[in-house]
Amino acid sequence: MAGETIKTVILDNSGIRRALTRISHELLEKNKGLSDVVLVGIQSGGAYLAREISLCMEIIEGERVPVGSIDITLYRDDFKQQAPHKSVGKTDISFSLEGKRVVLVDDVLFTGRTIRAALDALMDHGRPCCIQLAVLIDRGHRELPIRADFVGRNVPTSLKENVEVIFDDQQQPVEVVLEK
Amino acid sequence: MEFKHKDIIALRDLGKEEIELLISTAENMREVNSRDIKKVPTLRGKTIINLFYESSTRTRTSFEIAGKRLSADTVNIAPSNSSATKGETLADTAMNLLAMKPDIIVMRHAVSGSHYFLSKKVGCSIINAGDGAHEHPSQGLLDMLTIKDKFGRLDGLKVAMVGDITHSRVARSDIQGLTKMGSSIYLAGPPTMMPPGVERLGNVTVCNTMKEAIQDADVVIMLRIQQERQGKTLMPNTREYSRYFGLNPENVKWAKPDAMVMHPGPINRGVEMSSYVVDGNQSHILKQVENGVAVRMSMLYHVCGGGNVE
Amino acid sequence: MNLLIKGGRVIDPSQGIDDTLDVVVENGLVKEIGKGLAAPGGAEIIDATGKYVVPGLIDMHVHLRDPGLEYKEDIISGTKAAVAGGFTSVCCMPNTKPAIDNKAIASYIINKAKSDGFCNVFPVGTITQGMHGDRLAEMGELKESGCVAVSDDGKPVKNSELMRRALQYAAGIGIMVISHAEELELVGEGVMNEGFTSTELGLKGIPRVAEDIATAREIMLAEYVGAPIHIAHVSTKGSVRIIREAKARGVKVTCETAPHYFTLTDDAVRGYNTNAKMNPPLREADDVAAIKAGLKDGTIDCIATDHAPHHLDEKDVEFNEAMNGIVGLETSLPLSLKLVEEGLLTLPQLVEKMSCKPSELLDLVRGSLKAGCVADISVIDPAKQWTVTEASLASKSKNSPWLGETMVGAAAATIVAGKVVFSGR
Repeated sequence: MAGETIKTVILDNSGIRRALTRISHELLEKNKGLSDVVLVGIQSGGAYLAREISLCMEIIEGERVPVGSIDITLYRDDFKQQAPHKSVGKTDISFSLEGKRVVLVDDVLFTGRTIRAALDALMDHGRPCCIQLAVLIDRGHRELPIRADFVGRNVPTSLKENVEVIFDDQQQPVEVVLEK
Repeated sequence: MEFKHKDIIALRDLGKEEIELLISTAENMREVNSRDIKKVPTLRGKTIINLFYESSTRTRTSFEIAGKRLSADTVNIAPSNSSATKGETLADTAMNLLAMKPDIIVMRHAVSGSHYFLSKKVGCSIINAGDGAHEHPSQGLLDMLTIKDKFGRLDGLKVAMVGDITHSRVARSDIQGLTKMGSSIYLAGPPTMMPPGVERLGNVTVCNTMKEAIQDADVVIMLRIQQERQGKTLMPNTREYSRYFGLNPENVKWAKPDAMVMHPGPINRGVEMSSYVVDGNQSHILKQVENGVAVRMSMLYHVCGGGNVE
Repeated sequence: MNLLIKGGRVIDPSQGIDDTLDVVVENGLVKEIGKGLAAPGGAEIIDATGKYVVPGLIDMHVHLRDPGLEYKEDIISGTKAAVAGGFTSVCCMPNTKPAIDNKAIASYIINKAKSDGFCNVFPVGTITQGMHGDRLAEMGELKESGCVAVSDDGKPVKNSELMRRALQYAAGIGIMVISHAEELELVGEGVMNEGFTSTELGLKGIPRVAEDIATAREIMLAEYVGAPIHIAHVSTKGSVRIIREAKARGVKVTCETAPHYFTLTDDAVRGYNTNAKMNPPLREADDVAAIKAGLKDGTIDCIATDHAPHHLDEKDVEFNEAMNGIVGLETSLPLSLKLVEEGLLTLPQLVEKMSCKPSELLDLVRGSLKAGCVADISVIDPAKQWTVTEASLASKSKNSPWLGETMVGAAAATIVAGKVVFSGR
């Protein structure tokens, strides 16, 4: 191994909370309230964050929006290159997407390929009125024409680095670390 | 856990964790089958050949649907419209099919072990859709998924299996799989249909009577009496068979009150099972069929990845 | 051609010899056995130090496939395999195409073997015409033309009345009947031994009782008519017990087993190995133990190979489709020597079972190194290590379950009528 991995905390717990609260406000502002808004988190980090955002919105508006989760394994574009497969995660969207304002939630936005897969997956579930994207971290290096509507924090990175959102046993976000 | 096999020929060849992986993937595959657009692009560009040397409606259709839901191109070949009737050997048929670059061959064949033979000849993935009296792994997996759906677990369950064990590939796959997952299997059937040493196949108890097997069982799996297989010497007739080894509303009560009743199909109503049980509220037979598609999607998905192992 | 075989351990049960001695061969006959013998004029000298020198081994049960199935084996390749395995004589079974049920076929085999073969070939004629099991074959003429026994090997004579008459008729002529003992109804569509392995592999089983019942029937018929009978390829515990009891009663029954029946169990079938598919099938551990006990106590008289060559196309197929049988001529000697190493048999006992007994049973006038006897001699290197490969087998067919395995023991020289026809691998 060429040297040890250095981990730096770039966002601590209260930082994450503030970011999610801001995203919730922006989201409500942009959509002029809760009407027809649904959240869909990408497994697994995005799904945890979607739930957090829905709680923030409930505190602000006093009402809960539907939250679902989506697993994009079956929609990946690197299927051929993949080594032996792990299990497929759970997709759980118990409400119709027809005509909804879908906010897709992920933890880290990087190449955009995961989002591409998620968009395809969402479309197979129905025809939403619109899809918006909320991410906790945008680390750049897009390989597809994809842009987030709501960003917790922009973190310039190099390709050698890795950004990871750490969750605890209760699937609560703990911190965001940068590994180099 | 990753799936590192190119082929799925027998549950005997798989470990507990691999079986768990196939089942858990199948659980999550079901979401695809429940929506309006029942298709995902996962196996786009893959070609699957369903090579069925024995007739089958359910299994072949299920594999075909599974392949199509994963966006693979599926082609069905049955011996009646293939070269097999022209005297071509299995190896030659396979080599010729291979020249057309399939990614997976799903085969059903009357000869036990023919998939191992095929696997040595071809480079693509092989899935066993039933070989002789050896195994029927997709049926074993879907049975386990169906049981897990009801009880949330497979360990510690008493599973009774009644019928012609000797000729049953379903029985062998169920025994192999369920034993690995921690269930106890109790077999009943005429001694003429009980193969020697079957208790050594797994956590198996051979019972003298149907009552002994079914008593307090969580699951009762009835096997098909295949008149073409049993010949003339294994039982007097279906009437007597049904009297001693058929499942009916009376003897199903020997099992636990919430016991589930299963059958791999096709059913001989009134022989191994009375219609009252087939259509009764303990029957999970159609659930088995439904789970079959998800299980086969899981198998197709995982052998494709397993084929990437160097 | 004259020979001096020097300094080997000469084992000749016919004379009670087991000592380090020289053997002199002159004009195709054994001239003398003794210590420090001089080479006769123009003699080739074979140094047999550290080797066994024994009466030429006889395999009383092989399939040479000639005429008719020469793509599997023929008289030339089959006898070449025989001498490579240390055999100086083989008895070939009549399930050729056409079958050896008449003088013409028997003569063809004898003549072809004499002109082109490497060792003695003694044909076995059929019991019934065309092996169809309806009418007796012309046993008188078969014997006259050189057949040393009759057998419908490959299938049993199903009809008990016909078998009874065959035994009586053959006894009158003075020709041995070799029985393929199998009850076909019990065999059904079985493809391997019925037991735990067949259950696990989902293959149709052949119960051991299918052989036991047939063995018992043959013995009862032979006992009833007072005729001799030889049971081929004994594979089960039950057969050994039935034969042992019959011998104790004085029934004129003899039998043979094959190396695979005392070496392998049906575990060898795992992986659906068609080179472990034969008839009778490989059995279980207790059968192997019983076969060994039968060899030790003399219940089993002979070791024969049931050498059954099959083309790759007939073996490289699904298990049920594969033909029954394995090649055995070249692996018999090392596998049988193991019995000596295990202390089950003495070397002289092994030589009896592989040479003296078959000669005696079929009246081959061999199996001895007495002065004046035909100089059929096998020189065996008991320490020679070699690996069974497709290339190392002289047989046309390569259907051996021991491919890739290392054997200990091999023929160092095979001498037929004083002529060295093989001189080591």
